[in-house]
Amino acid sequence: MEKDTIAAISTPIGEGAIAIVRLSGEEAITISNKLFEGKDLKQVDSHTIHYGKMIDPKTDEMMEEVMVSVMRAPKTFTKEDVVEINCHGGLASVNRLLEHVLLYGARLAEPGEFTKRAFLNGRIDLSQAEAVMDLIRAKTDKAMNIALKQLDGKLSKLVHQLRQKLIETVAHVEVNIDYPEYDDVEEMSHQMLRDRTQEVYQEVEKLLSMAKQGKILREGIATAIIGRPNVGKSSLLNAFVQETKAIVTDIPGTTRDVIEEYVNVRGIPLRLVDTAGIRETEDIVERIGVERSRQALKESDLILLVLNYGEELTEEDRNLFKAVEGLEYIVIVNKTDLDAKLDVEEVKQLAANQKVITTALIEDKGMNALEEAIADTFFEGELDTGDLSYVSNVRHIQLLQQTLTALSDAVEAMDAEMPIDLVQIDVTRAWELLGEIVGDTLQDSLIDQLFSQFCLGK
Amino acid sequence: MSTYEAGQYDVIVIGAGHAGVEAAYAAAKRGAKTLILTLNLDMIAFMPCNPSIGGPAKGIVVREIDALGGLMGKVIDKTYIQMRMLNTGKGPAVRALRAQADKPLYIQEMKKTLEQEKNLTLRQGMVEELLVEDGTCKGVITETKALYRAKSVIITTGTFMRGRVITGDISYESGPNNQRASVKLAENLEKIGFDLVRFKTGTPPRVNNHTIDYAKTEIQPGDDNPQHFSYETTEEIVDQIPCWLTYTNENTHAIINDNLGLSAMYSGMIKGTGPRYCPSIEDKIVRFHDKPRHQIFLEPEGRNTDEVYVQGLSTSLPEYVQREILRSIPGLEEAEIMRGGYAIEYDSVVPTQLWPTLEVKNVEGLFTAGQINGTSGYEEAAGQGLMAGINAAAKALDVETLILDRSQGYIGVLIDDLVTKGTNEPYRLLTSRAEYRLLLRHDNADLRLTEIGHRIGLISEERFHRFEEKKHLIEEEKERLSNIRLKPTEQLQQLMESIGGTRLKDGILAYDLLKRPEVTYDVIQQVAPAEIELAADVKEQVEIQIKYQGYISKSNQQVARMKKMENKAIPDNINYDDISGLATEAREKLKQVRPLSVAQASRISGVNPADVSILLVYIEQGNVAKVSNE
Repeated sequence: MEKDTIAAISTPIGEGAIAIVRLSGEEAITISNKLFEGKDLKQVDSHTIHYGKMIDPKTDEMMEEVMVSVMRAPKTFTKEDVVEINCHGGLASVNRLLEHVLLYGARLAEPGEFTKRAFLNGRIDLSQAEAVMDLIRAKTDKAMNIALKQLDGKLSKLVHQLRQKLIETVAHVEVNIDYPEYDDVEEMSHQMLRDRTQEVYQEVEKLLSMAKQGKILREGIATAIIGRPNVGKSSLLNAFVQETKAIVTDIPGTTRDVIEEYVNVRGIPLRLVDTAGIRETEDIVERIGVERSRQALKESDLILLVLNYGEELTEEDRNLFKAVEGLEYIVIVNKTDLDAKLDVEEVKQLAANQKVITTALIEDKGMNALEEAIADTFFEGELDTGDLSYVSNVRHIQLLQQTLTALSDAVEAMDAEMPIDLVQIDVTRAWELLGEIVGDTLQDSLIDQLFSQFCLGK
Repeated sequence: MSTYEAGQYDVIVIGAGHAGVEAAYAAAKRGAKTLILTLNLDMIAFMPCNPSIGGPAKGIVVREIDALGGLMGKVIDKTYIQMRMLNTGKGPAVRALRAQADKPLYIQEMKKTLEQEKNLTLRQGMVEELLVEDGTCKGVITETKALYRAKSVIITTGTFMRGRVITGDISYESGPNNQRASVKLAENLEKIGFDLVRFKTGTPPRVNNHTIDYAKTEIQPGDDNPQHFSYETTEEIVDQIPCWLTYTNENTHAIINDNLGLSAMYSGMIKGTGPRYCPSIEDKIVRFHDKPRHQIFLEPEGRNTDEVYVQGLSTSLPEYVQREILRSIPGLEEAEIMRGGYAIEYDSVVPTQLWPTLEVKNVEGLFTAGQINGTSGYEEAAGQGLMAGINAAAKALDVETLILDRSQGYIGVLIDDLVTKGTNEPYRLLTSRAEYRLLLRHDNADLRLTEIGHRIGLISEERFHRFEEKKHLIEEEKERLSNIRLKPTEQLQQLMESIGGTRLKDGILAYDLLKRPEVTYDVIQQVAPAEIELAADVKEQVEIQIKYQGYISKSNQQVARMKKMENKAIPDNINYDDISGLATEAREKLKQVRPLSVAQASRISGVNPADVSILLVYIEQGNVAKVSNE
């Protein structure tokens, strides 16, 4: 049947210690091999499993330590070549893997598609046909419901706006083609088309970067708590845990022991990470220096910098401010139950535009203000995340990426002075791809646009 | 009064408009004994509306008709008064020829051509009834009670079915141009069980050439070196006649606005759906009221007539208002109307009742083609007529049927759209309807279709041989260019600079050099001349195929994907009620359209990807049973 290679996460999302990304199709092994550092998967025996690392070929950065099973056709679930990549169960890691697999040639599987292929390739017997059809229907309906839900709000509106821009442009080009003598329709020039395409390109690019932020929201905001010894970091952690009855998970990974704590702050998941070394050392800056701690802190999305109200600002404190400069952070002046020794004005100066909250954690004071500040930061601040979580859908991200490719193809073609009606093929493609996000790719709407936008006819 | 036996034919064509003539000619050429019946033998291939053939998309259809052995291209090439290649400043995919026709001459030439075809009989007569027995069409009965028997019948009655002409508040039963309407046949079709809809179209007034002040208009001349539609045309027509351009203005618009209530379109007299791409002037003024002026093209209707077609002024306003409107337009202040404009309403067949061969699903041996299928335009009609003729002959003679897919031609796009999606307004081809338009070019219609035309007997051996030779030369030249490595000599560098290109860094294959935007085949000819100078159409092909190779192969990949699904046939005994999991809307649509392939099913609106998956799984069950028995 169809020979293209499909991929999907085949374990329940976010529920297991291990997750599996599964690929099926002619290119399954080649695609995995592009990302895999270890044995040459093209050479290994069928039905074997291999340890190695998944590398982002563009940056050479390691994404994940994995175990990869290679199963060649026909003795597989789908009767096609199948690769299963086992990785850590965190949503972030498995999503990242899936995205890269898609980037390097696989297509996101439709709901029930592995089963469908198994069936079409004769792997499942006739009596199961009915079940397969029900499965496809059920899965598709579910996926559609989810997709529809996700489409409420800004994303859908934005995508519709972008599509409208594109279709107006396309209709303009079409009118020039189908009605070459209509002088009141300005001839679309390369420059005009380039400008409009570029404009949409930038918007899609922004959407994509927002998508990544949306993912942060879904996977939790990586939050680091830093501060000198004895300023109240542990109290803060405990306050979070108590206050929100947080799920404290303890997931020993297969190769390293990570302890991550999730707390829920007004609906925003915070993932308290130990990047800043709350547990390992008391003062990260003291340990590894300002520059290196900056690098480490960059990994987190939010930093909570804790100061002691009862002590004067020290050189170490000032170093912490240097370390977090340009990052997203909130200053917590703790221990306001003590006598004031801290120069709050100086703190505010150091904090520039970032928020400063005062707390007395020991007396349960100030947590409300802190939570409000965090919520504020992520809903109204620079990280405009109002609806961003909705773009975190892998399918949407893939479509947006393909849209971007189509648009950059168009720009490239214009630079190569290709005729405008050829360039338009890529622009139309971008419009169709965006349509797939909102579930609307009808060709007819182009023709509707044509006749509502322009006065045509004999 | 009882009928009399008037003759036995393989194929009968009802109507001799643009669809009818192609249908009859193609059927006869395939060897079918064919009868064409028309209301009026003096009106064969009459153009009731604009005097032009071709244009974007449509012009490519005419080329396709010619590549398949049809008539339209040949006849217009002999009778044009002006020829223009449109979109020359754009890419090769959208270039299109358009001819201004000499209307009376076109009729003469077409009639002569039909009369010369040995398998074809021409006959004047009004068909009132189809002879249908056991769901099969076996002949036709005329108003004079002649019964003609046939194995296949093609209806190409255009806008004549229960035609009604409307101008202002005057309305009467009529076909276009005051010809008789076909009423009894429409009633008969209804009785047989056809689903009919009411469509509307219109035409502008014609004015007398001598009453136009051309000094106030702009000249629109033809091309100096006219190209032609037919691959067989060798002679060009030298004394081309220009068209003229003028504009409406605020006065015109005021007259129209003041009289809007009198327009049949706005007084509620017209119920039929009109085409958006062919709006009346009333429509344009109402819908785009901000526009200060609209273009009006003055197009002569022939060399030996004074009638001039006023393109852009289609209207159903009363005649006296038409005169006022005309006289508000520069150049037309003294214009005398020779024929008034009017709107016409007519019955058309809901085209989803047809197979892609254009055979009616519920009546075997009966075909419909042209405007009766809900299209508009001479070219769309002719393309369908040709295909219906080919397939009606196939049915009668038990030879190969022909369905073009969407990657083979605009004709394929047109018919697939009609039978798969239907249409809720008169359908016009537009380049944007073709998803593979880069493959469906004006220049390669012969490469796409001549082989098919030859195989089904419509293309002569001599022409086919010439075609093969051309194909061979193209391949040979591409091969030659891919073997010549050009050194970056100073001479070549200077040449590159002189044509506005950048200097070469290294040696380059002639083939790759041609891919540069500024390099044409003529440049290549200077640096890597062929042994013998090639014909212009060969050079053109070489240049286009090499220059746009990237895009062309992208399109070809898309086509390959589509073909996979196109080859997945849906068995004709499939029972959609047996398939669990299909959505209700999809089930209803599938039952109605009865698609032949999974690809066609996927193009039906209302059939979503999940339904297609389910359909696939269901169809595969037979194969699966075999596999699991292994």
